[in-house]
Amino acid sequence: MKPYIPKLIAKVMLALAVVSANAAETVKVGVLHSLSGTMAISETSLKDVLLFTFDEINKSGGIKAGGKNYMIEPVIVDPASNWPLFAEKAKQLLEVDNVSVVFGCWTSVSRKSVLPVFEKDNGLLFYPVQYEGEELSKNIFYTAEALNQQAIPAVDYMLAEGKKKFYLLGSDYVYPRTTNKVLKKYLKSKGIPDSDVVEIYTPFGHTDYQTIVAEIKKFAAAGKATVISTLNGDTNVPFFKEFANAGLTSENCPVVSFSISEDEFRGLPAKALVGHLGCWTYFMSIKSPENTKFVKDFQTWLKAPTVTGADYKISGIDGKGRVTCSPMNLSRMGVYLWKQAVEKADSFEVDKVRDALIGQKFKGPAGEVTMQENHHLVNNVFIGETLATGQFKIIKTFKDVAGEPFSEKFLPKQTAAN
Amino acid sequence: MLSNKSISKRELLLLVIAALIGIVVLPCLNAFVPPASFFHVSNFSINIYGKYLCYAVLAIGVNLLWGYTGLLSLGQALFFSLGGYALGMHLMLMIGKLGQYKSDLPDFMVFLEFIKRFPETGGLPPHWIPFRSFWFAAAMVVVVPAVVSFVFGWLAFRSRIKGVYFSILSQALTYAATLMFFRNDFTFGGNNGLTDFKFILGHEINSAATKRGLFIASAVLLLAVYVVCRWLTSTKFGLIQRAIRDSENRVLFSGYATANFKLFVFVLSGIICGLGGALFVPQVGIINPSEMAPDKSLEAVVWCAVGGRGNLLGPILGAVGCNALKSYATHSFAEQWPYILGGLFIFATLFMPKGLIGLPAQLMEIKRKFTRKNGDAAPQTAPADVAFESATKE
Repeated sequence: MKPYIPKLIAKVMLALAVVSANAAETVKVGVLHSLSGTMAISETSLKDVLLFTFDEINKSGGIKAGGKNYMIEPVIVDPASNWPLFAEKAKQLLEVDNVSVVFGCWTSVSRKSVLPVFEKDNGLLFYPVQYEGEELSKNIFYTAEALNQQAIPAVDYMLAEGKKKFYLLGSDYVYPRTTNKVLKKYLKSKGIPDSDVVEIYTPFGHTDYQTIVAEIKKFAAAGKATVISTLNGDTNVPFFKEFANAGLTSENCPVVSFSISEDEFRGLPAKALVGHLGCWTYFMSIKSPENTKFVKDFQTWLKAPTVTGADYKISGIDGKGRVTCSPMNLSRMGVYLWKQAVEKADSFEVDKVRDALIGQKFKGPAGEVTMQENHHLVNNVFIGETLATGQFKIIKTFKDVAGEPFSEKFLPKQTAAN
Repeated sequence: MLSNKSISKRELLLLVIAALIGIVVLPCLNAFVPPASFFHVSNFSINIYGKYLCYAVLAIGVNLLWGYTGLLSLGQALFFSLGGYALGMHLMLMIGKLGQYKSDLPDFMVFLEFIKRFPETGGLPPHWIPFRSFWFAAAMVVVVPAVVSFVFGWLAFRSRIKGVYFSILSQALTYAATLMFFRNDFTFGGNNGLTDFKFILGHEINSAATKRGLFIASAVLLLAVYVVCRWLTSTKFGLIQRAIRDSENRVLFSGYATANFKLFVFVLSGIICGLGGALFVPQVGIINPSEMAPDKSLEAVVWCAVGGRGNLLGPILGAVGCNALKSYATHSFAEQWPYILGGLFIFATLFMPKGLIGLPAQLMEIKRKFTRKNGDAAPQTAPADVAFESATKE
């Protein structure tokens, strides 16, 4: 029995801590990320980082409102990568649990599914994953990268590098479709003729890239070509393998991917992607005191994950080989922006918090961000080169890019008109 | 079997009670009892109960094929989704200018620039136009699943495809349809599908009253489907249906064209599933291709297995029970629920051959066997067999 005694003491102490914390006020916060099904591999990391952030905030005294300190009490649900279930769980969080705010969603379709629910119940949702824009709900705050914070800077970089031919390759769903539509207009405005822009879509889980890669090889034969990839998930493996087999490299035809972050390399072989580029508002390799602390604290937390002051048992967190990435950073910053807004409004009421959120600033791991009136962030954008370790070497920074969901507002006027 | 022919007084009474609860009691508790009361049924609950009832209709469709005709179709969610899409298309057109782009066209048609593809109709694909009429859409809810199931069934049954090959084919069909609907060029909204509905028949779709109305509609549909299936299975047709299940060759050599019988049941099941899907969509607010992915059909088969196939109450019990448990567990045990549900499914398949509905008989049998063992050594029958017999006697 002896080895169990320290554990027992720890448990008693934890129980005491919980009891004493229960004496404090709590505020319920919803976490709406798929923990099972196809999206679990991506979304579980966001749930983990959210719990970590709640723990951070609770440890440092919680949220101050109305002269009291509130501990965050997470309400975690599993919408199981099932889009109608997303709507049901959102409704449950808002109507049954009466949560003050929800952090969640990864895919656009899940956001589209819960949007009517949040508008009907006047809830508050923070959405942390790069997306296609063309949407603005008063009930959603998009900490995510808008197109002009990812696709446009990446293309600008490529143009500056002297690239003249663009091969736009994506999975067939709304994010790649919209991105490429906007990019085509943008490239045209930059003097790239339509004949030098190719747009191709493959279905989800597509594995046969022989024909497409052969086409790219022909396309890139004259040089000065690049591939802008919005391929999603597993399908990247066969694509990059075929790409390398055909003798294409980051030297003769670099690929910029918008959907591959550090976290994806836990499931993708980074070696096949070495030298190719990524573009995000955060990389784990950023050198700043805030980022060093974030990465270190998160990895320490993973060894013994708890949420201080909340009656919530955490299970099933895999602490091995864990990294941080842009959606995770944006999730965490969303929590802090919300906390600041609550403290400014001195209330958890959605209408007051919404007003207080506008103009809220937070100094995050990748620099300071500001929440704009259009519910998107002003944020720094980075271009990184993939290393064999699954990390990115930052090669270019765009300072303070203001996120804008509607492409007609950031595209040059004459082309947006058509 | 004779007792199957007419509805007994007891069954009629149960039916009336169930109908009263579904159509009158629950909606009234939702509408007229104050929210603070213990008896109040919240808007959230009435909405998810409505969803369960639609799933129950799907389960009846699966059971009519599997439990009564021995055709294990792993593609019934396709017909469910087709029905859903048909109504969803109408609801999309009813959004009007309230979308993100303030256009008459549904949002996805604006951003995919359908105006370039279909300039003569102002961007609306021609096959969408008649869906402006609710009644046309309602008719399509029945017609589309019926036509698809007829064509597929005709080809499959003419070629005498049965057993596991039929199952695989039906699964392939629904998978192919999923991939097709995923494509944005297919004009049905691609991966995002159809969502953000605003009005149904002029009523605001997210209001409590509309949700209540949809719940009542689902309850009425379920009741109607139950009664139709109850009647059908008690006729001579139902007898042949079960004969096909138990020994198709004997039926065939007795001079019955089994292919036609199977085709009829398959089409009927498709229509039932389509109707369920049509009521499902306005209640959950979204329809997209992942609803017709093979795993959805498999789920429906599991509900039947858990509830008990080969009788009409089992699938309803299974669908409502499994989904209620899922709703509860994904909230209260967010990180463990797949183990809980998975464990239950394995347990049900291994130890409950007749599902929940056969459980009382099974328990009685175990008890009888136990007491017998303790008393004199009476001749023993395998418990599963007895459970099967007692369940088929009804």
